[in-house]
Amino acid sequence: MKIPLSRIAHARSGDKGDTVNIGVIAYDPARHYQTLLREVTPERVKAHFGELVRGNVVRYELANLGALNFLLFEALNGGGTLSLRTDAQGKTFGAALLGMEIEDPESV
Amino acid sequence: MIRIANGQGFWGDWLEAPVRLVEQGPIDYLALDYLAEITMSIVQKQKQADANLGYARDFPPLIGRIARQLKDRGVKVVANAGGVNPVACAREVRRLAPHLKVAVVLGDDLYDRIPDLLERGHALANMETGEPLASIGDRITSANAYIGAFPLAEALATGADVVIAGRCTDTALTLGPMIHRYGWKPDDWNLLAAGTIAGHIIECGAQCTGGNCQVDWRSIPDMANIGYPIVEAEPDGTFVVTKHHGTGGRVHSDVVKEQLLYELGDPERYITPDCVADFTSIHLEDVDPDRVRVSRIRGGPRPPQLKISISYEWGFKAIGTLVYSWPEALEKARAADRIVRERLAGLGLEFAGIYTEYFGVNACHGPAAAAPPDPPEVQLRIGVRGASRKDVDRFTRELIPLVLNGPPTGTGFGDGRPPVREVIAYWPALLEREEVQTRVEVVE
Repeated sequence: MKIPLSRIAHARSGDKGDTVNIGVIAYDPARHYQTLLREVTPERVKAHFGELVRGNVVRYELANLGALNFLLFEALNGGGTLSLRTDAQGKTFGAALLGMEIEDPESV
Repeated sequence: MIRIANGQGFWGDWLEAPVRLVEQGPIDYLALDYLAEITMSIVQKQKQADANLGYARDFPPLIGRIARQLKDRGVKVVANAGGVNPVACAREVRRLAPHLKVAVVLGDDLYDRIPDLLERGHALANMETGEPLASIGDRITSANAYIGAFPLAEALATGADVVIAGRCTDTALTLGPMIHRYGWKPDDWNLLAAGTIAGHIIECGAQCTGGNCQVDWRSIPDMANIGYPIVEAEPDGTFVVTKHHGTGGRVHSDVVKEQLLYELGDPERYITPDCVADFTSIHLEDVDPDRVRVSRIRGGPRPPQLKISISYEWGFKAIGTLVYSWPEALEKARAADRIVRERLAGLGLEFAGIYTEYFGVNACHGPAAAAPPDPPEVQLRIGVRGASRKDVDRFTRELIPLVLNGPPTGTGFGDGRPPVREVIAYWPALLEREEVQTRVEVVE
């Protein structure tokens, strides 16, 4: 069964030039950090954002915080003052990622 | 234990925050962060127009407003409000608050030294693209080194009530007071990393006390009176993140985690002029309501180079909008976008970028947004950027005519055609730290 990522995690996103970073944090790391590792892969994150992310997606692990940090390259239409996007600073990418569907950890 | 508060996450943050931090409870240091990457070019232009300007103009009136409380309560202020003219900023503070002692940190401004640095073989290549700085030649509008916390500690050691820096790192504003009070040494990597991470947590103001927080956001109390963050720092590098009693907002490990991950790159290598901090070593503990204890932080040696923030004249941009109403609002907006693009091509105009969003449908989340069923209205939002002001200006005339000569139900053009804006772009580079010599002056 599928559930949205928002059921088990929260997130915050921001920018550095044309790169977006998204921190994804398990509400209950003991139960769900492993689920994040299994379900929220760089490939799936890149696919979720489609044409919005033109570059690579890289993932870093912070087991101590039950969190993952994603870098999405070439994701802000040039970034900073160059960007023509409404969300030129990538503030809403975290919320967008929480809408991604994952396999329900209770049913795996 | 010392208490360091952050009352300004950026230039334009809540004006009441620093006043309330000083009035609503005990703090020892008030850190105020004014400089975003692009702010330096704005203040550099102001200085070119008037040699007495070139700093965060909100800052001196703020200090004037709280000068008495600062003195009575013994609160010291550490701010990067100096922009490219810390001395002028300090003089204005002295004029408005004559009883305060003010020190400045100088040496970060490299604008006049760029030709010399290039001549001596420093490429100052763009960290993202690898291009040499020479490729933007005479279009540079500002150049500053990010300096660290030790010069701030040196300035505090003069006994100053207010320390004004130019382009220091945001985290240095918090670490500087710790170095000053606890005598931390330049190779105390774990301690410096702890102070740096404390700075990272509070540098965006209320973003670590419940602002912009996704965790059960409806339940965060009294956001109208949100408390700005305070770090209670111990000499051993452990600290508690909290806020004044009775203020709104929430300090909880979930909230702190969100801020720890904000604008983070490689978590094991958070690079500053003072150290490299390891975010994978952080241990968080909710010790009491609105109190999060942070410990076990590790760090490593500082890098041999400093990051340089350069800004330059890139070109021009304009963003225009039109609204289409139900029915088939999205389809009509898409048709209008195709027409605009065809007309621009017909005029022979070429842009470095054209970007279209359908506001209300996909502006924030792009393809990740679920498609709404026939929405009541959609805003077409088209932006262009390019080197030619004339071409960008011509684009701004192409939207409003669509109301009469394009798809039906176009509206929302009441503000006229959009303004053409100059684009000042950002050029990050690296420079050997020996090239940057800071010094502290007390301004009488």
